[in-house]
Amino acid sequence: MTLPEHTMSTETASVEARVRHYILQNLLFSDDGSELPNDASLLDRGIIDSTGVLEVVMFLEEEFGIRVKASEMLPENFDSVNNIVRFVERQRSPA
Amino acid sequence: MCGIAGFLGPPDAPAAMQATLERMIHTLHHRGPDGYGFHVDGGAGLAHARLAVIDLPTGAQPIANERGNVWTVFNGEIFNYRGLRAQLQRRGHRFATQSDTEVIVHLYEEHGDRFVEHLNGQFAIALWDGERQRLLLARDRCGVRPLYHVRAGGRLWFASEIKALLAVRPELARLDPHSLAQAFTFWGPIEPGSVFAGIASLPPGHLLAIERDGRETLHRYWDWSFPAPGTPRRWATPEQAAGELRELLTDAVRLRLQADVPLGAYLSGGLDSSAVVALMRAAGATATRTFSIAFDEAEFDESAQQQAMVRHLGCEHTTLRCTRRDIGAAFPRFVRHAEAPVLRTAGVPLMLLAQQVRASGYTVVLTGEGADEVFGGYDLFKEAKVRRFWARQPGSRFRPLLLGRLYGYLENSPVQHAALAQSFFGRGMEHLDRPIFAHVPRWTSSRHALRFLAPELRAGLDDWDPLAWYEQRLPPAIAHWSPLARDQYVEAKTLLAAYLLPSQGDRPAMAHSIEGRFPFLDHRVIEFANALPAHWKIRGMTEKDVLRRALAGLLPEDIRTRTKQPYRAPDQSSFFVDGEPLDYVAELLGAERIRAAGWFDAAAVGRLFDKCRHGRAIGFADNQAFVGILSTMLVDEFFLRRAAA
Repeated sequence: MTLPEHTMSTETASVEARVRHYILQNLLFSDDGSELPNDASLLDRGIIDSTGVLEVVMFLEEEFGIRVKASEMLPENFDSVNNIVRFVERQRSPA
Repeated sequence: MCGIAGFLGPPDAPAAMQATLERMIHTLHHRGPDGYGFHVDGGAGLAHARLAVIDLPTGAQPIANERGNVWTVFNGEIFNYRGLRAQLQRRGHRFATQSDTEVIVHLYEEHGDRFVEHLNGQFAIALWDGERQRLLLARDRCGVRPLYHVRAGGRLWFASEIKALLAVRPELARLDPHSLAQAFTFWGPIEPGSVFAGIASLPPGHLLAIERDGRETLHRYWDWSFPAPGTPRRWATPEQAAGELRELLTDAVRLRLQADVPLGAYLSGGLDSSAVVALMRAAGATATRTFSIAFDEAEFDESAQQQAMVRHLGCEHTTLRCTRRDIGAAFPRFVRHAEAPVLRTAGVPLMLLAQQVRASGYTVVLTGEGADEVFGGYDLFKEAKVRRFWARQPGSRFRPLLLGRLYGYLENSPVQHAALAQSFFGRGMEHLDRPIFAHVPRWTSSRHALRFLAPELRAGLDDWDPLAWYEQRLPPAIAHWSPLARDQYVEAKTLLAAYLLPSQGDRPAMAHSIEGRFPFLDHRVIEFANALPAHWKIRGMTEKDVLRRALAGLLPEDIRTRTKQPYRAPDQSSFFVDGEPLDYVAELLGAERIRAAGWFDAAAVGRLFDKCRHGRAIGFADNQAFVGILSTMLVDEFFLRRAAA
């Protein structure tokens, strides 16, 4: 039996899986995970437009109970799976 | 306004030819409910369904010249027919009727194929020269009236709508996947294509001649054209141009008031339709009857502006309140008229409004269609202007902030978060010098719908680059035009010709035998506007500036200076009630039906369906994809599946 290295990575994996699942199902309308490399720019690939970002934000707020401020509506926070996961982790970690 | 149909091929028994024509023209009854007319000669057959508008007693078609060797059927109006008639009479031509149709045959006698250049109007014409045994098909400059043609079974067939062709050649009921991809990218199939494989749409401003030996010649007699750099300016000041424009627009409206039936106008509450109604008054219309659409959703509704204009002009006015449920219920009927996939539902309320106009006893309406293309009214033009301004200093933090001035009418505006908007609109800058630069963001967003195509169709489109494909169709001269001129040309050939004029203009109105007339698309107005400097059209960030100046004193100031709000209607939300799909929507988008049709990926459509059903589809891309898929499935249902049954 393999144990997770530490709790944080499990949570990260979980956030990542949930974000990936959401984007695949709701923005790519696909089951094929190979269409969504974690470091790919969602804007460059046409996966989201600027309204699509609002959908992602709505999902993050509902799913992870975070609140995204207007000043945080920046492309660097939402332009890839990795960026989104990092953003969620920052929001959830105690200040 | 009318419907036409016909063919050219080997001679047959006149009774058999007449029967074929009847099968075709009966499908166009909605375009012309006031009577049918036929002419057969040798292998040629012409049929006409009449909507009587001018010369009610003797204006029936087909109409011939004095010798009876040139015949025509046509759909539309020749607005300058009185002047042409007087000229032709001076040259010895004798007229048997008072109709506008008759000038066509006499002009042909006088000028041959160049007759079409003399017409100011909106028309689709079929002309048969019995002596030379040749058929001409001609279409107006902007493509207001439709005209399709195809070769099948040894004949050339033509008709105002595709359903008339399918009535006699059911084997033509096949969709062209490439045209479907065009519709999902550019909002409509690009001419000369239609979404039906092999069926061509005669492009706007073109004349097709089919000779006795079958040889075809396609000739472009007019196109949108703009000045090359260094061309001397015709006007010293914008005020001078605005003054001339006011006179020209008044004349364009005056010509469009000619009718022997009651005539009204659509009033959206925006600058363009308000201008048309005010100009109708200025041109001598005594009582103006107006019609408008209102929505429950504030994002789409312009009732307040409509009422302000009604008060200002004292119009007798009817407002049709259109709900999402109305749109959902009428959408199948709309698609049957449109005969093409659409990405927006906005044509549906216009069809319901035409029904209201008809019920009110009116046959003709003037509208503001075309002003945004002609005078630079769309946010797309301003967006491109900002992106070009920004590209000159890419490092500037301030230049892209101008994007915040756009799309203020949208609930989920793409510019409400500045950094994201800059990131989105900052993409595609590598296309800066290409004529399609302005359209890259829109086409990129629309193409989202291609994701839903069945895998084998998607694979066939892997190598398709819509930007390069479309660019090849542009005239070489475009490289020398101003950036705004390039954007206007592409807009006139894609949004206007492929979507607005058919799917928000001709088809929804003709569904209820209503003729729309568009003064801003008078070719003299277009040629005038095209010669104006770009910055007189969009001055700073003020769109249609010269038009606003031309209308000074004619409109209330808050309407004259109001920022453009494009006409839109609720999209995917029209197809669900409390999270439940309308019955036909559930049936057509069910996995089994999607798989049987073969156009789309059932799993992907299912995911989009769920997203829409739960109210989570808030962006343009998803809304357009949903409406595009549903309308394609309705085209499949009406024209393919039932034809095969």
